[in-house]
Amino acid sequence: MSAPLLRVRGLAKQYGGLRATDSLDLDAHAGEIHALIGPNGAGKTTLVAQLAGTVSPDAGTIEFRGRDVTRAPVHERVQFGLGRSFQITSLFDTLTALDNVILAVQAKAGSSLRFWRAAAAETGLVRQAEQVLDEVGLTDRGRVRVRDLGHGERRQLEVALALAGDPALVLLDEPMAGLGPPESRKMVDIVRRVRTRAAILLVEHDMDAVFVLSDRISVLVAGRVVASGTPDEVRRDARAREAYLGHSPRA
Amino acid sequence: MSVSLVVEQALNGLQFGLMLFLMAAGLTLVFGIMDMINLAHGSLYMIGAYLAATVAGVTGSFWIGVACACAATALIGVALEATALRPLYRRDHLSQVLATFAMILVANEGVRLVFGDQSPPLNPPAALSGAVALGPDLRYSAYRLVVIAVGAGVAALMYLLVNHTRVGMWVRAGASDRGMALALGIDVPKLFTVLFGIGAGLCALAGALLGPILAVQVGMGESILILAFVVIVIGGVGSVRGALVGAILVGVVDTCGRAFLPQALKAVFPGAVADNVGPALASISIYALMAAVLFWRPQGLFPAQA
Amino acid sequence: MTARARRLLAIGAVLAAVGFPLVAMRFDLGFYVGFVNRVMIFALAATSLNLALGFCGLASFGHAAFVGVGAYTVAILAEHAAHGSLFGVIPGTTSAWIAWPAAAATSGVVAALIGAICLRTRGIHFIMITLAFAQMLYFFTVSLKTYGGDDGLNLAHRSDVGLGVRLADDTHFYYVVLALLCAALYLMGRLVRSRFGRAIVGIRENEVRMEAIGFPVFQYKWVCFAIAGALAGIAGALLANHNAFVSPNALHWTQSGMLLVMVLVGGRESLFGGVLGAATLLGLEEVFSAWTTHWQLPVGAILLALVYLAPRGIAGLFGREPMA
Repeated sequence: MSAPLLRVRGLAKQYGGLRATDSLDLDAHAGEIHALIGPNGAGKTTLVAQLAGTVSPDAGTIEFRGRDVTRAPVHERVQFGLGRSFQITSLFDTLTALDNVILAVQAKAGSSLRFWRAAAAETGLVRQAEQVLDEVGLTDRGRVRVRDLGHGERRQLEVALALAGDPALVLLDEPMAGLGPPESRKMVDIVRRVRTRAAILLVEHDMDAVFVLSDRISVLVAGRVVASGTPDEVRRDARAREAYLGHSPRA
Repeated sequence: MSVSLVVEQALNGLQFGLMLFLMAAGLTLVFGIMDMINLAHGSLYMIGAYLAATVAGVTGSFWIGVACACAATALIGVALEATALRPLYRRDHLSQVLATFAMILVANEGVRLVFGDQSPPLNPPAALSGAVALGPDLRYSAYRLVVIAVGAGVAALMYLLVNHTRVGMWVRAGASDRGMALALGIDVPKLFTVLFGIGAGLCALAGALLGPILAVQVGMGESILILAFVVIVIGGVGSVRGALVGAILVGVVDTCGRAFLPQALKAVFPGAVADNVGPALASISIYALMAAVLFWRPQGLFPAQA
Repeated sequence: MTARARRLLAIGAVLAAVGFPLVAMRFDLGFYVGFVNRVMIFALAATSLNLALGFCGLASFGHAAFVGVGAYTVAILAEHAAHGSLFGVIPGTTSAWIAWPAAAATSGVVAALIGAICLRTRGIHFIMITLAFAQMLYFFTVSLKTYGGDDGLNLAHRSDVGLGVRLADDTHFYYVVLALLCAALYLMGRLVRSRFGRAIVGIRENEVRMEAIGFPVFQYKWVCFAIAGALAGIAGALLANHNAFVSPNALHWTQSGMLLVMVLVGGRESLFGGVLGAATLLGLEEVFSAWTTHWQLPVGAILLALVYLAPRGIAGLFGREPMA
């Protein structure tokens, strides 16, 4: 097996008496969709925050593409190839969908300390942005302002922003959140397509989607990984079943 | 630099600080509970001073002037809150700045219209115009001592009110978490209107008491307002205890700084520099303290909010 | 209002501004040339604040300090042109070609230094800490007894431009100010549409997401704040020239408040918000002070009405800029 793209060892984060992350180990490999599942309160949100860089761990290391990024600021990790989407949609509401993506493309396309030339005239940026919109299924919706987009379309745009920077690894934080069945199916297709471009760390509650999409699944309980393996292995794992799969999956 | 000089300046600082507290107490609760920047707070101070001067001039009694000023300004405050300020609570801070800034203009000019351009005299009561011997060679203004006493008395009263009454509990709840207080059934809007009125009355008290010392004039509100903001930032927005500690701190640093820093600097720097920078350094140091608190401990020394 | 209509209106305004002194002289209204001068200078100052506030969301309550630093730079350099030198080394000058860029540079550097600290805070704390630093600068200028202190400092005459331009002539000065204001607006228009402009608007809209897509947000805020400070410095240089006088009053917090009022009344997020706000506020002041000495009352009342009735400022009444 090749060296992991993301290597987390002994990660720990405590809030008062609560151990949100408890000596956690995790690997993510290139070309893989690695799902993180676990009951509410298992510490998934805190883990994602530490991986993204918005929360600083108390102990442990996070290695990404061979570099220690444990204390690296958020934007540095992004520049180095780590993207993320947000569980609660976080977009640029007054801008159009295309302008949203152009911003994300612009962030990785050289310095933005350019004051003279109009950004809209940079055909390279615009084309790249349009391509990303295609990939997430928002092809003709570029000129629509975010606040005029439906919830499903906004979730698609969420993923687009994470993708636009051409990351090596994407943290998808509950991309299915709030989506009905037809939109969920669309999102599953999008995630499959993303996999050809980048490795994915998928945090999700939608068990059907998780078992259909994932190459690996890690089960998080009380801040620790209690089971990790292929979907079949996890399905059969007693600890995983006891901790989580005993609950009925989302319809 | 004699001991009696230091004590005198310290007392001046305490006196100024306690008056600052009167202003800051109302301001911190307005800010803490309703998250509202009220620049017009200084105007209430000015109105109080003018009313006190006018009534005292007419009746010949300083204390009647003070009492009337406090009562009238409290009512003006309530009226102001109920009409002009309420729509601003849900607006962003800058809109509040704009609106209350405009109110300062209206208030300044309104006072000029009603009371004229001349600065009205406000004299302390005759009985207090002398000095009291506090030590072997320290004579201190009797009036200032009374101001300190009044200020300390109000502070004690507020402490009792805020910490030992049910109303005080509501106030602390509202300042800590308005949404939760509302959810618990506390009538925050009505409580707030009353608080605002009390705050206005306290401003008037400060204006009236400081009037004989600082002169009653249009625009007197602006300079003390900014210091009041410094106080609540340092003390912690929403905290009356913080306002007291912050106010005394600022009052003493400002007063003693102005008095002693030029001399202290002369010991180190050449005369010209010390003369130039000395007096300003006291003021600069207060704002430097404010900046330091905002940078390292933005919630203030005694944070009220969870 | 469509973009085309807006452009026509802007061109019309510039043409009117160009023709104004000629018309004013014709009808013996020369006094108003000085008034419009003052409006344009404050329009420039307010526009510089709008860059930070309207486009990047940085609510600076100390912007007048940067204007003041620029003004003092010009005045101090002029003072030393006559005698002595700055810090004993730097000779003075009355040349606009040196003093005005120096004003911009000094203000820009001061803004960068202050910004390095202030921009680490947010929201109400940012508003307060910028106020604190502005007050420190105010008291610093009060302490400068060698440069007048509280009484202020006179300039012997306006800056020298050469090329046949005599700033002592109000009309010459008018056209110089107009040219600088138009240049500033044009450059800002380009800046807003540039990569940098998009970045700072993004920061205003959603700072967290900007970090999450890879922007070093602090750096961009800092550069924006410094540029706004430098632009304010130029306005300060012009102000010093206009009055042939500087005083600490220019840095007082009420002046910063007035600049904020101008931007908010004119409409932040609009390129012309600063111009509209300065014209409105100073225009109201001029109109009402001709009528009564108590002009602050109706002006304050109108401002209040604007807060309640036009929450997005005057520009907001005309519809949104495409580059919001």
